[in-house]
Amino acid sequence: MEWANQLCENRQFGSKMTDSKYFTTTKKGEIFELKAELNSDKKEKKKEAVKKVIASMTVGKDVSALFPDVVNCMQTDNLELKKLVYLYLMNYAKSQPDMAIMAVNTFVKDCEDANPLIRALAVRTMGCIRVDKITEYLCEPLRKCLKDEDPYVRKTAAVCVAKLHDINAQLVEDQGFLDTLKDLISDSNPMVVANAVAALSEIAESHPNSNLLDLNPQSINKLLTALNECTEWGQIFILDCLANYTPRDDRESQSICERVTPRLSHANSAVVLSAVKVLMKFMEMLPKDLDYYSTLLKKLAPPLVTLLSAEPELQYVALRNINLIVQKRPEILKHEMKVFFVKYNDPIYVKLEKLDIMIRLASQANIAQVLAELKEYATEVDVDFVRKAVRAIGRCAIKVEQSAERCVSTLLDLIQTKVNYVVQEAIVVIKDIFRKYPNKYESVIATLCENLDSLDEPEARAAMIWIVGEYAERIDNADELLESFLEGFHDESTQVQLQLLTAIVKLFLKKPTETQELVQQVLSLATQDSDNPDLRDRGYIYWRLLSTDPVAAKEVVLAEKPLISEETDLIEPTLLEELICHIGTLASVYHKPPSAFVEGSRGVMHKRLPARTGSGESTESPDVGTAAGGSAPEAAPSIIPSQGDLLGDLLNLDMAPPTTSGPPPPTTGMQMGGMDLLGGGLDSLMGDESEPPHVPPRTDTPRSPSPQPPSPVYTHTDYTYTDYSHTDSPPDHSPTEHSPPAELGGDIGGSPAMGAGFGAAPAVMPASLNAPVGGGLGDLFDLGGVGMPMGAYIPPKIVWLPAMKAKGLEISGTFARRAGVIQMELILTNKAMSVMTDFAIQFNRNSFGLAPAGPLQVLTPLGPNQTIEVSLPLSTVGPVMKMDPLNNLQVAVKNNIDVFYFSCQYPISMLFVEDGKMERQVFLATWKDIPNDNESQFQIKDCHLNSDAASSKLQGSNIFTIAKRTVEGQDMLYMSIKLSNGIWVLAELRVQAGNPNYTISLKCRAPEVSQCVFQCYEAVLKN
Amino acid sequence: MIGGLFIYNHKGEVLISRVYRDDIGKGPFPNCFHKVGSTESYRMRNAVDAFRVNVIHARQQVRSPVTNIARTSFFHVKRSNIWLAAVTKQNVNAAMVFEFLYKMCDVMTAYFGKISEENIKNNFVLIYELLDEILDFGYPQNSETGALKTFITQTGIKSQSKEEQSQITSQVTGQIGWRREGIKYRRNELFLDVLESVNLLMSPQGQVLSAHVSGRVVMKSYLSGMPECKFGMNDKIVIDKQGKGGATEEQSIAIDDCTFHQCVRLSKFDAERSISFIPPDGECELMRYRTTKDIILPFRVIPLVREVGRTKLEVKVVIKSNFKPSLLAQKIEVRIPTPLNTSGVQVICMKGKAKYKASENAIVWKIKRMAGMKESQISAEIELLPTNDKKKWARPPISMNFEVPFAPSGLKVRYLKVFEPKLNYSDHDVIKWVRYIGRSGIYETRC
Repeated sequence: MEWANQLCENRQFGSKMTDSKYFTTTKKGEIFELKAELNSDKKEKKKEAVKKVIASMTVGKDVSALFPDVVNCMQTDNLELKKLVYLYLMNYAKSQPDMAIMAVNTFVKDCEDANPLIRALAVRTMGCIRVDKITEYLCEPLRKCLKDEDPYVRKTAAVCVAKLHDINAQLVEDQGFLDTLKDLISDSNPMVVANAVAALSEIAESHPNSNLLDLNPQSINKLLTALNECTEWGQIFILDCLANYTPRDDRESQSICERVTPRLSHANSAVVLSAVKVLMKFMEMLPKDLDYYSTLLKKLAPPLVTLLSAEPELQYVALRNINLIVQKRPEILKHEMKVFFVKYNDPIYVKLEKLDIMIRLASQANIAQVLAELKEYATEVDVDFVRKAVRAIGRCAIKVEQSAERCVSTLLDLIQTKVNYVVQEAIVVIKDIFRKYPNKYESVIATLCENLDSLDEPEARAAMIWIVGEYAERIDNADELLESFLEGFHDESTQVQLQLLTAIVKLFLKKPTETQELVQQVLSLATQDSDNPDLRDRGYIYWRLLSTDPVAAKEVVLAEKPLISEETDLIEPTLLEELICHIGTLASVYHKPPSAFVEGSRGVMHKRLPARTGSGESTESPDVGTAAGGSAPEAAPSIIPSQGDLLGDLLNLDMAPPTTSGPPPPTTGMQMGGMDLLGGGLDSLMGDESEPPHVPPRTDTPRSPSPQPPSPVYTHTDYTYTDYSHTDSPPDHSPTEHSPPAELGGDIGGSPAMGAGFGAAPAVMPASLNAPVGGGLGDLFDLGGVGMPMGAYIPPKIVWLPAMKAKGLEISGTFARRAGVIQMELILTNKAMSVMTDFAIQFNRNSFGLAPAGPLQVLTPLGPNQTIEVSLPLSTVGPVMKMDPLNNLQVAVKNNIDVFYFSCQYPISMLFVEDGKMERQVFLATWKDIPNDNESQFQIKDCHLNSDAASSKLQGSNIFTIAKRTVEGQDMLYMSIKLSNGIWVLAELRVQAGNPNYTISLKCRAPEVSQCVFQCYEAVLKN
Repeated sequence: MIGGLFIYNHKGEVLISRVYRDDIGKGPFPNCFHKVGSTESYRMRNAVDAFRVNVIHARQQVRSPVTNIARTSFFHVKRSNIWLAAVTKQNVNAAMVFEFLYKMCDVMTAYFGKISEENIKNNFVLIYELLDEILDFGYPQNSETGALKTFITQTGIKSQSKEEQSQITSQVTGQIGWRREGIKYRRNELFLDVLESVNLLMSPQGQVLSAHVSGRVVMKSYLSGMPECKFGMNDKIVIDKQGKGGATEEQSIAIDDCTFHQCVRLSKFDAERSISFIPPDGECELMRYRTTKDIILPFRVIPLVREVGRTKLEVKVVIKSNFKPSLLAQKIEVRIPTPLNTSGVQVICMKGKAKYKASENAIVWKIKRMAGMKESQISAEIELLPTNDKKKWARPPISMNFEVPFAPSGLKVRYLKVFEPKLNYSDHDVIKWVRYIGRSGIYETRC
C-alpha cells in the first residue's frame, strides 16, 4: 500500500507538480488569452486553459465571459477534461441560462454512453444545473437512468430525483419519478437503496403530510437488510430514516432494536449516534419490566463513552448529544463520571461541555471527586471555563445537600483570591445557595460585603443587592449599602434596577423607621424617571401594595420563597423529547428545534417520541418522568413547576385578601389568555431575577397558605417553542426580556385615574401618612403599629456590676440578637481616678455553651469618668454546664487593676435561631410525639395585642407562627422555636378577642426550658 | 445535507470551493460587504466570505467547531494550517458531516500526501474530481480510497473495456466496496500491529483519577483473492465462554467497548462475538477498542513542587518504570511546566538530558531508553521574576511521553485465520507478523 502511494505520488510529480501556477496568473488581458487557448486545436493546451479557468473561478474571479468557449470543449472523450467543463457549467449555468442550453445535447448524448461512469456523470451534472429550461430535457434521460442496468448509474439517478425536486417539485410528481424512487427501495444493490432512502427522506421533509416514505413492516425489513450491506454513509441514511418510523407495538420495536444494536460497534461515530437515536426512540415503547430493556440500557453506555475518544470536533457533537441523553435517561451514564473529567489539552468547547455533563451526573456518591475536580478547574486560564467551574460548584451545593457546606467553603476560598470574575461568579452562585438553604450560611455575608466595590457585572451586582435586601435585618448598614447603589440608578442595567427596587422595599418593610426616605426615592426613580415598563410596573405594584395594605405587602414581599429546583437549566421536556428524535443532527448540537434555524418548510414538523404501548404504561416509574407522555408536569412538591399557582394568588390579591383556596381553575380560553399575559408580566414584575421560564421562577411571591400541594394551572407543555426561543441561549441566569404591552402597567395600576394618582403620589405621600387611613400607609410608619416586624426583643440595659464592688469599674449591659449573631452589649464606665486598660472577659460554663466569639474590644485606655460602649459577639460552642436558673451566666472581667466577677441572666429569646420555622406536617407530628407530661401551661395577663400583631411581634424574636386556627372567636396560634442547641419548642397561643389574658401551652422535649421561654413570651409581648 | 465545501489557507484565501446547493448563498451575512454581484457565483462568495470573516479572522479563539452565521451553519476542521469547512442551511447529521470531513482528509492524504497549501494547489483538479465523486448533492458516497483509486486517477481514464468498467461500478456500489477482485500476490503475507495509547490522570498523591487505554488493531494485508479472515483475541467474554472445559491459562481482558472497520460483519460480532471479515487490500484499521480495567501503567511519576519564597520554586520529579526488567521503553520524555515569570532554571538529572525551554514554558527531560523496574530522578531550581500578578500560577500537570513494546491493556492476539476457498493457498501458507506497541496518550500527573 505504502509503495503504491509512493508510486502514485511519483507519477504526479511528473505531470502535476505545476498545477499551482494556475493560481498565480493575474496578467491583464488574461481573459482574452484564455479565450484563444480554449479554442486551440491542441488537446493539451485546451485542458491547460480550462484548468486556468477553474482556478480563476475558485479564487473568485468572474470568468463567465468564457462560457461559450468552455462549453465548446465539452465534447471530448477525455474524461478529466469533461469533468472540468462540467464543473464550470455547474457554476455559471444559472447566470447564463440561454447559453446553458447549448450543453444539453451533449448531456443527453452522454446519458446514452456505453461507459456507465460517463452516463452517471452526465445525469449527476445535469441535476446540478439549476436552470428551468434544462430540467425539461432532463426528464427522459433521468427516467432511463433510474432503470439503468448498472447500479452505479441507478444510485446516481436516485439522488438526481432529489435535485430535480428541489428545482421543480411539480415536475417530479407529474413525471412519476417518486414512484420509481420508491421502487428503488427494493433494489438489489444496497447503495441504490441507501441513496433512494436519502432522496425520499429529503423530499418527504418538504411534504410533511404525504405518505411518501410509507414505512411499513415490509419496507422496514428491507431497510434493515440493506443496513448490513451498504457503506457507512448509507447506513446513516437508513438509520436516520428508520428513526422516523413508529413501530406498531413493543414486539416490533424490540425486534428492530435487536437488529440495530450491532451498529453501535461501527467505527463511524455518525453511524453510532444514529443508531443511538433509533434505540433511544424505540426504547420508549418497550415495557420497563422487560429484561431486554435493561440489557439495552447497558449496551448504550460503552459506545457513548467511546465517542469521547474521537477527534475533538466529533467529541463536541457527542457531548452535546450526551447532554440530552443524560437528561432523558440519567441511568445510562450514571457510573461514567470519570470519563467526563476535563483534560488539560481539551479544546475549550469540549471542556465546557464536559463540565455541564459532570454537574448533571453529580450525585452524593461521586460528589467528593467532582468537587476536587471543579476546584482544580477554577484555577485554569480560560475565563469562561473558570466562570463555569465556579458556577458548577454552586450548582453542586444546590444539587447535593451533603456537599453544600464544602461547596460554600470552597467558594469562600475562591473569593479570597480576589480575581475579579471569580468573585463575581461566586457571589452569583452563593445567592442561589442562600435560596436553597435559607438561614444556614449567612455568616459569609460579611465576606461578600467586603467585595462590594469590585462588582462591575450586572448579574453579580443584582445578586449582591438581593442578598442585602433579603438579609437586611442582619446587616447593620444595609440602608447605606443600598443607598450607595441608588446613586447611579439610571446607569444600572434593568436587572440591577429591578433588584434594587425590590431590595429597598424589603429593607423598608424590615426597618421602616430609618428607610422611609430611601423607599420613596427608589419608588419615584422607578415609576417616574424610568422608561422601562417592567420597572415602572413593579414600582407601581409595590407602591400600591404599600399604600393600601401593608400587611399584604409584607406577606407578598417578605413571603417565604419557594425552594429553587435542584436541577437547573434542564431542557424543557417537550423540547427535550423533540431533540432526542434529532440525535446526531445540528438540532442536537444547538439544542434548538430545527424550526429555529432552518428556513422554509423543512424541519417544521415536530418530531415526537412514540408512546409506550401495552402493559408498560401503568408500570412507568417516576424517575423517567412524564416526558414520554408529554403531558402532566413533574410536580415534585418542593419545586414550583410553573407560574400557575403563583398567579392565582396574585390575582386574588387584587380582588380580596389572600384566601386559603387554591388558584381558580381557568374555565375559558379567554381567561387563560388573560392570565398568561399577566403571568408573563408578573413574572418580571414580581421576580427577583429575570430568568428563562424553564427554570422555576425565583419570585417573591406568596405561597398559598393552603396545605395541599400546589396545583399548577399551566403545565410545561403549554409552552410553545416560539415563546421561548431564548431557552437555548446560555441557559441559566440570562436575563429574559419580558416586554408586556405598554398598557399593562395601566391595567395593573387600576383605572387611568389611579395611574394619575400615582403620578402625583410623592407629593401627596407625606400628607397621607398622617391621614388615619385604616390599614394604610400611616400604620406602616407607626412603629408600634399593627403588623410590623419588630427587631428581636432587647431588654433594657441594667447594671450588672456596680462600681463599688469593682474598684470603680461599673458595667451595665444587655443581650441582643442581631443578624443571627448573639451580642452582649456592655457599657463600661470608669468611676475611679486612674486610667483602666487591658480589658478582658471570660464566661463560666453555662447551660447553652455561651462563650465570647472574640476578645473584648476596648482598644483605648478608659480614662476617669469616661464611658465606653462595647458589643461582644457570642458563640454557642463553649463548654456546657446546667445552671440554675437556666439562663444564668457567670462572667469574669479583668483589667489592669483586678479581676471582677458578676452574674447576669440573659433572655432565652436570643438563643432562638432564624431557621426555627417548622414544616407544618413536622409540627403536627412532633406535637403528637412529645408526651403530654412535657406540656406546661402559662397565663399572660394584660396583653392588648390582637393575634396577628402578636404573631408578627413574636416573629421578630424568631418565634414563628406556623398556623392559625379560629375556633369560636378564639384564635389559636401554633408556633415553633428552635434553640441554638437544636432544642425545639412548640407553642400554642390562645387569644380571645376582648380578653387581655392569653393562654399559652408549651411543649418541649426538654421541659426545663419552658419557664424561660414563657418569660420571653411575656417580655416580648408586653414590650 | 451538505450545501457546500470550502478549503482555505491560513490567511483565509479560498483554495477550493464546491457548492452543492444554492440555498447556502442566501445571506445576508453580517460583516460581509461584498459587492453584490448579480451573478449566482457572487452570491456564493458571501457564504465563503462569511466564514473567513467570522471564524478564520475572528479575534477570539474558536469557541465551537460549528458556527451559525445568519442561519447558515459552518462545520470546520483544521489540518496544519488548512481549514476545511462544510456549509449547510439544513438540519444535517452533524456527526456525519465531521466524519465526512475527516474522511475527506484521509482521501486527500492517500492521494497526495500531507495536506498543505502547496499540495492542494498542485492537485486542485484532482480534489474537484474527488469532491464530485464522494459528495453528490451533499450526500456522501463511497469514499474508500481503494475503490476511488480504480477510477479516479491522475493519468486520465484510458478507454477501458466494458468488463473493466462494470467491475469498477460494481465495486464502488457493491457490498464489498473496499476490495477489488483479482488481487494476486506471490507471497501471502499479513502484518498486525496492536497500537495502544495509555491515558492517565493522576493526583499529586499518586491516586489514579482516571485511566484508560484506547487501542487500535491495524492490519496490513497482502493476500490474494477475496480472503475470508477470522480474528481472535483474549477477550474475556469469549474466553469465559470457551474456557469452561479447557484449562486456558491465558489472561483475559475486559474490553469496555470496541468499534470495527466497515469490513467486519457487525451482526455476527453482536451475535457470536466473533470477528470475521474480508479485509481491504493494504492497510486498514481493523478495530478500535477501549479498556479501563487492570491497566498496566508503564510509568509512575512522583512530583514534588515546593515554593521557596516568592521568587523560587524547587521541583523534584521521580519516574519509575513498572514492567518486566527485560523490556525496554523508548522515547521517554517528561515535560515539567514552569511558571510564565520564570527567569532561570537549574536542572540536575541522573539519566538522559534535560533542558529548560523558555518558549514552551517547560523543562523537557528526555531519556532514550529505560528498562523495566528502574527509577530515575530529576531536580530543578526555578527562579522567578517578582510579579504583582494576583492570580496564582495554575500549575499545569506534568505530562509524559514514551513508547513500550507491549500492550498496556494486556490484549493478546490469539489467532488470525485466513480462508480463501477459490485460490489454492491455505491458512498455513500465509506469513503472519504481530507487533505490540504501547504509547502514551495523555499521561498526566498533577503537581
